[in-house]
Amino acid sequence: MILTVIAGIMIIVGAVFALVAAVGLLRLPDVYSRMHAATKAGTLGSGLMMLSLALVADDFATVTRAIAGVIFFLLTAPVASHLLARAAYAVGYRLWDGSLIDEMDWQDSRKESAPEKRN
Amino acid sequence: MSWAEGFLDFAVILSLTILAIAFLITTVRIIRGPTLPDRILGLDTLVAVAIGFIAVVGVKTGFNLYIDIALALGLVGFLATVAFARFVLEHGMTAEDRTETRLAEEQSREPTQ
Repeated sequence: MILTVIAGIMIIVGAVFALVAAVGLLRLPDVYSRMHAATKAGTLGSGLMMLSLALVADDFATVTRAIAGVIFFLLTAPVASHLLARAAYAVGYRLWDGSLIDEMDWQDSRKESAPEKRN
Repeated sequence: MSWAEGFLDFAVILSLTILAIAFLITTVRIIRGPTLPDRILGLDTLVAVAIGFIAVVGVKTGFNLYIDIALALGLVGFLATVAFARFVLEHGMTAEDRTETRLAEEQSREPTQ
């Protein structure tokens, strides 16, 4: 009974996190900040919902598969988004104009005011 | 039906509604773009939301088979995102995005002159 209530709460929290990821995807200004919202919140949302499926299942095989799935998502989501961000930066997609510092750009004029200056 | 079962039913209906809204918002971002990486990221988020959808439907119906479908969808989504990232790295910016970036640069340079 308590497990059922916990599973219900986890389903709602996971769905709200998925909604937060979608809103961040819509509202944030450039592809890199959108990635920051979508990857973390989206992975947490789907992971919570799969864990709640593990809670209500009475089968041990289902529970282990759900946990394995959550671990798999936690491992693959950062890899995928890092690859995408690296590819987008490498081919020249620009940061938002309001970005304060671009640590991968060595000729960035905005770095003049940064404390650590490499040249 | 006990009190807890009723709460779980309510949670399932509520979360299905929230997930549908998240789906629609993500679709708006995919259609609006404006660049190719934005659309790829939107598809990645769509896969994550779809996995959550499948998990909630699994809770609702009680079929344990749904967990395998969610796992397979996660694997396919990961491979698709990696393949798209390789595509972006290989082929560079699209022609549209290059024009848009140049226009934005000219616009941001003008007020200083």
